[in-house]
Amino acid sequence: MTAHDLPGDATTFPRLLARNAARHGDQPAYRVKEFGIWQSWTWGEAADEVNVLAKGLIGLGLNAGDHVAIIGRNRPQLYMAMVSIQSCGAVPVPLYQDAVAEEMAYVLDHCGARFVIAEDQEQVDKVLEINDRLPGLEQILYLDPRGLRKYDHTHLHKLEEVAAAGRASDNEADLKRRSDALDADSTCVMLYTSGTTGRPKGVVLSNANIILTAKNSADFDHLNAGDSVLAYLPMAWVGDFIFSMGQAYWAGFCVACPESEHTMQADLREIGPTYFFAPPRFFEGLLTNVMIRMEDAGWLKKRLFHHYMAVAKRVGPALLDGQSVSTGDKLAYKLGGLLVYGPLKNTLGLSRVRVGYTAGEAIGPEIFDFYRALGINLKQLYGQTEASVFITQQPDGQVRADTVGTPTPGVEIRISDNGEVFYRSPGVFVEYYKNADSTADTKDAEGWVATGDAGFIEADTGHLKIIDRAKDVGKLASGGMFAPKYVENKLKFYPNILEAVVFGAGRDMCTAFLNIDLMAVGNWAERNNIAYASYQELAAHAEVYATFQKHVEEVNESVAQDQMLSGCQIHRFVILHKQLDADDGELTRTQKVRRRIIEEKYADILAALYDGSETISTETEVTYEDGRKGAIKATLEIRDAKVVETGGRMAAE
Amino acid sequence: MSLDQTESYQTPDGRTIGPVVMEMRNITLRFGGVVAIKDISFDIREGEIRAIIGPNGAGKSSMLNVINGFYHPQEGEVWFRGQKRKPMKPHAIAHQGIARTFQNIALFRGMTTLDNIMTGRFTKMRAPWWQQAFWTGPAEREEVANREVVEKIIDFLEIQAIRKTPVGRLPYGLQKRVELGRALAAEPKLLLLDEPMAGMNVEEKEDMSRFILDVNDEFGTTIALIEHDMGVVMDISDRVVVMDYGAKIGDGTPDEVRNNAAVIDAYLGVAHD
Repeated sequence: MTAHDLPGDATTFPRLLARNAARHGDQPAYRVKEFGIWQSWTWGEAADEVNVLAKGLIGLGLNAGDHVAIIGRNRPQLYMAMVSIQSCGAVPVPLYQDAVAEEMAYVLDHCGARFVIAEDQEQVDKVLEINDRLPGLEQILYLDPRGLRKYDHTHLHKLEEVAAAGRASDNEADLKRRSDALDADSTCVMLYTSGTTGRPKGVVLSNANIILTAKNSADFDHLNAGDSVLAYLPMAWVGDFIFSMGQAYWAGFCVACPESEHTMQADLREIGPTYFFAPPRFFEGLLTNVMIRMEDAGWLKKRLFHHYMAVAKRVGPALLDGQSVSTGDKLAYKLGGLLVYGPLKNTLGLSRVRVGYTAGEAIGPEIFDFYRALGINLKQLYGQTEASVFITQQPDGQVRADTVGTPTPGVEIRISDNGEVFYRSPGVFVEYYKNADSTADTKDAEGWVATGDAGFIEADTGHLKIIDRAKDVGKLASGGMFAPKYVENKLKFYPNILEAVVFGAGRDMCTAFLNIDLMAVGNWAERNNIAYASYQELAAHAEVYATFQKHVEEVNESVAQDQMLSGCQIHRFVILHKQLDADDGELTRTQKVRRRIIEEKYADILAALYDGSETISTETEVTYEDGRKGAIKATLEIRDAKVVETGGRMAAE
Repeated sequence: MSLDQTESYQTPDGRTIGPVVMEMRNITLRFGGVVAIKDISFDIREGEIRAIIGPNGAGKSSMLNVINGFYHPQEGEVWFRGQKRKPMKPHAIAHQGIARTFQNIALFRGMTTLDNIMTGRFTKMRAPWWQQAFWTGPAEREEVANREVVEKIIDFLEIQAIRKTPVGRLPYGLQKRVELGRALAAEPKLLLLDEPMAGMNVEEKEDMSRFILDVNDEFGTTIALIEHDMGVVMDISDRVVVMDYGAKIGDGTPDEVRNNAAVIDAYLGVAHD
């Protein structure tokens, strides 16, 4: 499939916007809750706003080919600004808004941004802080003027004023000439990968990459102008760009932005999106929340809930997959819908979800089944920034917890000899910006891209199954296969365990760092009258250790079932005294574990896991949200866990 | 600082501090035989952040209660905007544009954040009760206008997520913020804060300090506050009054106060050579 498959009015975002404004000009394109009320922009209004801001940007001296950084939470104005930037022939570069100034400095310098569009004072401050190191940076624009009134406005502009200046200007012809010059091969956006290793890389994606992928995936799920989505995941993440820009512009549906990051749950309920994406973490958290609140409910509610959830688990997934069920079950499920599932879905804000996706990490089968049982069509997809997200996704009726689905239309998949997954698709990125070496390493001449993930295709169903990151899959000293993620996922399926990091490559046994889930464990402590003063104290509590030991031993039993991976049982573990955090560089901004950094940072604890000591005293540096650093000291207990003997099998491997 | 009452000056960070808006002249307050405030005089200038500090029992809260008319001093005069103030009830003083928060949070615990802040608008509600009861034209328009002001405050204080939460369920730090919101809803000329940061952790204190500075900066509100945390006081206030055993022992900029021997004595209790 090539760019020629796109209709002429859909080759770029400015053209898609014009098309949408002509087709359904009165329908809402964006909503945002502000001052307690949902404000909206129709496609017509959006087209106008994009136009005047673009003219304003030209007035400020934006050139075609420039990079413009966007830093902020999901705001309609920022989404529209991206299209304004594209109209001028420039390239939007959305950044993670919770990144500290240091991290931003690298990206801003690397892309050589001349303009920055920031959401508010917090972001402006960060940019000003690193301003002297960014000689290329000329103008800073901001959306929310609060606190910025007294700043030096020589190079600082309010977005609204730039747009007003654009409206009054005579840049229309210039703007038209610039946007007419764009085609499907022009750069659409540059997104920085969070980078589990090394520096972030700027992934250049063309209009054809994004729009073709959006078209294929939207058609796959029959998304249309009547759908709606809640945009709450970071704008710098490729998924948000595909859902809230690509698919929204292709299908013409409405993108709603929450009022603040803390009101997301309430806003979700008010908007009731029909199309919804969330990482497994979100669904886990939601389920934990439901379970905790059910514990506190009255006996009648509790009995109703448990009775009908049992019915739902039996009947719900079958109904969703279109299999036949007995009339009695159908009736029971209907009644359950009236009494339990309907109200529950409404509370969760998922009543209207027609298509739901989760991706990024493996999701626990129990969690997955819970939502499917309720009748929510939750599916899994597998993707990457370099692929404009979609590599595989699950078709309706073939949804399972342990696979990531079949290739998205237009995508080809191949498994290399060492088990690594390769793909080729219309969404494959153009290049890594200013990094030809990495581009050549990742993408070969025929357009095949290495995912870095090890996996295989199930012979009878054609579904792709992912085992682990290819580079993380290693060998134990005994020669057995070591796949840390596989074990970590099993551990993380326990609501008490927020994060797990398993070690063992090249060693004679596997060990693990564990993080408590403060909400789940804290609630448990409250109900059992266990007092604690801090995260650290709760994490070190003897009863918490006992519970975690049970979890680890259960996981060991389950791992022992797998012939290939039975060597990955956890022999010793420790519960960490601090939560692994992206601010400390231990996780990526998308909350993925950075193994090597953790290994280095906690080298003393890791050594203690292998030298047989029972406790370890350690001091750890922490970074506060404002960038200051501090240190916490702790003495941690190390526990041995029971492992299941697998006899001589290991030796035979 | 020797300035004329009507003069204005610029602070180092570029704010304009105006003429005197409130002046306390030789205030003495007694409760029976106890003298809570002994012959204290000081002034508050327009647009400034004025702190009152002192050890426990120094008479700080009594001073605030005198300012907002809850206590009537036996001796002395209170001058507000160039006029000597006659003894009046606190609600009448609220109508003059003075709002406050309390040391021990005084919110309606069963009501939501939104409703609590709405109560701060009572001085702005003009529609008679029968219109409000039947929700007729003027009352409705008034409510919408008031709600708009309240929503802007909610946005300002970043408490959107707790808009509909009963305040009794909120943690302490947030309750303090709601109380500040209610005081702001009255659109005060002078805002009195009684220990806005008592019992807060460092992060909550930093948040609250930022809100106080923002209120002063964005709305130009004059603020008088009582606070124990010296670090915070020295950071955010323009001038500081120091009280001890009901008497004023120091008055000036944070630096002047910090180096005042009487103040050091009162706080550290150390004798000097």
